[in-house]
Amino acid sequence: MTDASQNAGPMLAADGTPLKQSLARSLRRQKLRALLLVAPLLLFVMFSFIVPIASMLFRSVENGIVENTLPLTVQALSKWDEQSGELPEEDVYDAFVRDMVVAIDNKQHTRLGSRLNYEETGMSSMFRRSGRQLNKLDPETDGPFKDQLIEIHDGWGDPKTWAVIKTHSPAVTNGYFLNAVDMRRTPEGAQSQPEDKQILIKLFGRTLFMSLVITASCILLAYPVSYLLATLPMRVSNLLMILVLLPFWTSLLVRTSAWKVMLQQQGVINDTLVWLGLVADDARLIIINNQIGTIIAMTHILLPFMILPMYSVMQTIPPSYTRAAKSMGATNWTTFWRIYFPQSIPGIGAGSILVFILAIGYYITPEIVGGTKGVFISNRIAYHISSSLNWGLAAALGTILLAVVLLLYWVYDKIVGIDNVKLG
Amino acid sequence: MAALTPISRKPMSVVLPTVALAGAFAGMFVGAGNGSIPLGILGGAVLMTGLAWVFINVLKNEQMARWITILAFGIAGILLSGPMGGVLGLLGGWFFAWFIYWLYEGRYRQKLLPYLTAKQVFYHYLFRVICGAIFVFLITPILVVLPLSFNAQDFFTFTPEMLRLDPEGYSLKHYRDFFTNNEWQRSFKNSLIIAPIATVISVSLGTLAAIGLSQSHVPGRRAIMGILISPMIVPLIISATGMFFFYSDIGRFLEGTLGMNKNFVGYLKVILAHAVLGIPFVIITVTATLVGFDRSLTRAAANMGAGPVRTFFSIQMPLILPGVISGGLFAFITSFDEVVVVLFVGSASQKTLPWQMFTGLREQISPTILAVATILVVLSIGLLATVELLRRRSERLRGLSPA
Repeated sequence: MTDASQNAGPMLAADGTPLKQSLARSLRRQKLRALLLVAPLLLFVMFSFIVPIASMLFRSVENGIVENTLPLTVQALSKWDEQSGELPEEDVYDAFVRDMVVAIDNKQHTRLGSRLNYEETGMSSMFRRSGRQLNKLDPETDGPFKDQLIEIHDGWGDPKTWAVIKTHSPAVTNGYFLNAVDMRRTPEGAQSQPEDKQILIKLFGRTLFMSLVITASCILLAYPVSYLLATLPMRVSNLLMILVLLPFWTSLLVRTSAWKVMLQQQGVINDTLVWLGLVADDARLIIINNQIGTIIAMTHILLPFMILPMYSVMQTIPPSYTRAAKSMGATNWTTFWRIYFPQSIPGIGAGSILVFILAIGYYITPEIVGGTKGVFISNRIAYHISSSLNWGLAAALGTILLAVVLLLYWVYDKIVGIDNVKLG
Repeated sequence: MAALTPISRKPMSVVLPTVALAGAFAGMFVGAGNGSIPLGILGGAVLMTGLAWVFINVLKNEQMARWITILAFGIAGILLSGPMGGVLGLLGGWFFAWFIYWLYEGRYRQKLLPYLTAKQVFYHYLFRVICGAIFVFLITPILVVLPLSFNAQDFFTFTPEMLRLDPEGYSLKHYRDFFTNNEWQRSFKNSLIIAPIATVISVSLGTLAAIGLSQSHVPGRRAIMGILISPMIVPLIISATGMFFFYSDIGRFLEGTLGMNKNFVGYLKVILAHAVLGIPFVIITVTATLVGFDRSLTRAAANMGAGPVRTFFSIQMPLILPGVISGGLFAFITSFDEVVVVLFVGSASQKTLPWQMFTGLREQISPTILAVATILVVLSIGLLATVELLRRRSERLRGLSPA
C-alpha cells in the first residue's frame, strides 16, 4: 500500500488533480465567498460613512474658493511683496475688477466675502458693498481702477486687505487648523489670535477636563455597584441588573429631559431640598446650565457603560483568592488592595476608555443642561455648522477630535481588544 | 452564603443608642420641614428610644408593635403634611419597626459569615447602603418623569395638588396633546418611517457580512471588522459633520441632476445615515451568535443535497435568529433615538421624534415631552424584556447543540 502511493507521485484528489492544488483552489474559493458576502456591506459603509469622514478631512484643508473666484488677482498678487507695506500696482486692481465682475455675475463674491470675514472682520461687508458699485464698471474701458476702487471703499487702499487675500489664496490651507488652536494665518506666518478671540483651546481643555471628571465619577460610582453585582447570588444580581439596564435602554432624550426636570431651579431636587428645609427658598442651588449640571447628567447617562465592562471583569475573579488571602492573615484592606483590586483593573481600564471616548464627543446633553459654561467642543462644531457657517473650521475641529478619539481607541484595542466589545 | 450563623439578642446598651441615632437622623428632616432642626433631632431620638424600650421590655409582641408603629407614624404624617406626609409616615413606621427588631434580635448577622467582627458587619451594611444610594441615583430620573407626565399644569415640577394626591392635580392632557398635535404626530410618523427601513437595511446587509466574517478564512478580517465597527466608535458629532458635507453634495446631485423629489431625497439621506449607524450593533451581536454555531450542521445539510441558499434559510437562519433580532432591536433603537445626525443631515420635513423633543427642550418647554418620555420608557422596558428573552433562548439553543 505504501509502495503504491509513493509510486503514484503526488497525492491526487477524486477528480485527478493533485491534492495540494485542489485544496488551494477550494481555499481560494472559500476566501472569495467570504469576501463576496462581506462586500455589499463593506461597499455600503465605505460609501455612506468612510467617504463622508474623508470629505470632512478634505474640507478642513480645502480652500479653493479664493483661487476659483479671483484667479487673475491671485496670479497678479504673487508678484507683490506683502511685507513692503505698499499698495499693489495697478495690474492687481485691474485683475481684481475683472475677477469681481465675473464673480458678481455668478453671485460668488458674497461667499468669498464671508469666507475672508472669518480671517479679518469687516471683509464680508466690504465685498458686499463694493459688489454693488463694481458691477457698473466695464473692465475694458473704465480703467485705471486703483483710485476708483479706493473711492468705492477705502479698505481697498489698505495693504492689509490685499495681504489677507494673498495669504489665503492657496488652494490647500492650514488656516482652519490654526484657527482651531486659536492661531491664525498671517502674512508673517502663524500667529496667535488676539486675547478676546482665544476660546477654542480653552474649550478643548474644558472638554478634556470635564470628560476626565465624568470618567472619574463614573469609576467611583460604578465600582461598588459592579462589585456588589458580581458577588451577589445570580438571582438577586439579575434583578438588580435591571436597574442598570433600564437607564441604558431608555432614550437619551428621555434621560436628558429627566435631568432637566430634576436640576432646574424650580425642579425636583431643589423643591425637595426646600421642602426638607435644607436650602432656603431664596437660595436655591444653581445646578443647571453650568458645568455641574453637565457633569451630573452625563455621569448618570454614561454610568451603565462603566458598570457593564467592570461587572463582566469582576465576575471572572475567583472568590477563593480573597478567602485565601484572609486565611493567611491579611486584613480586609490588604485583601482588597493587593488581591482584588489588581484583578479588577482591566475592567476599570475598559470602562474608563469607553466612557471617556463617549463623553468627549457628546453633544445633546451639554447642549440642553450645559448652558454656556458647560458645553463641549462638539457644541462648538455644531455652532459652526448651523449658525456661523464656518464649515472649514468645523471640519478642522472635527478632525482634531477624531484624531484624539482614534488614538484612544487604539489604546483601547491594545488593552481590551476590539473583539471583546460586548453589548447588553 | 450560609444562613446558619446563630443569632442572639443584643443588649439594650447597643440597641438603644443605634435606634436613637437613626431616629435623630430621620427627625432632622421632619424637623427641617416643620421649622426647627434641633427640635426634630431631639424629638426623633427621644421618640425612637422610647418606642424601642417599650416594644422590647413592655409589649414583647413583634406583630403588634409593627402595626402600632406603622399606623401611628402614618397618622402623624397626615397631621403634619397631608396625604404625601401620610405615605412617608407609613413607610417610616414600617422601617423603624423592622429596624428595631432587626437590631434587637441580631438578625443582621443571620446571613453573614459567623466569624466577622462587629466592624466588618458595620462596613458590610455601610457598603450596601452606599450601593443602594447609587441605584437610587440610576433609577430616580426615570421614575420622576412618569408621575410628572400626568401633571394637570404646564409645569415641569410637582404641584401642591399632586403632592396632596388630589385627583384634580392629575390629567391626561399632555398625552392628549401628543396624540392630537400635528407636529408631534408628524414627527412620530417620520420616526416610524425612518427607523424600520434603516433597520431592515442594516440587518440584511449586516447579517450577510457577519456570516462572511465568521468563515474560517477571511483575508484582512481585522481591518474589515475595524471599518464596519467604526460608525460606533467615531463620536456622533463627527459622523454628523462628515455626513452633513457629503450628503448635502449627494442631495444636490440627486435633486439637481437627476431631478428627484426633494422630500424623497431627504428621507433617503436620513435612512442611509441611520442604517450605517446601526450596522456595528448588528455585526457585533450576530458574530457573537455565530461563534456558538455548529458548522457541521451546514455540512450535513450540504451532504443531503441542500444548496447554500436553502441551507441558510432552513438551517442557519432559525438558529441565529435570536442574535439577528436582538441586533435588529439595537439598530432600531439607535435610529429611533438618534438626534445629532438627523439634525445635520435631515431637513424640517424629516423631523423625527427625538428631534422634536430636542427642540422642545431647547426652545418652547412643553410638558408634552414628559408624556412622550413616559411612552418611550414603556417602549424601552418592552425592548429590554424582548432582548433578555432572546438572549436566554439563544443560550438555550446553544446549550442544546453539541459543542
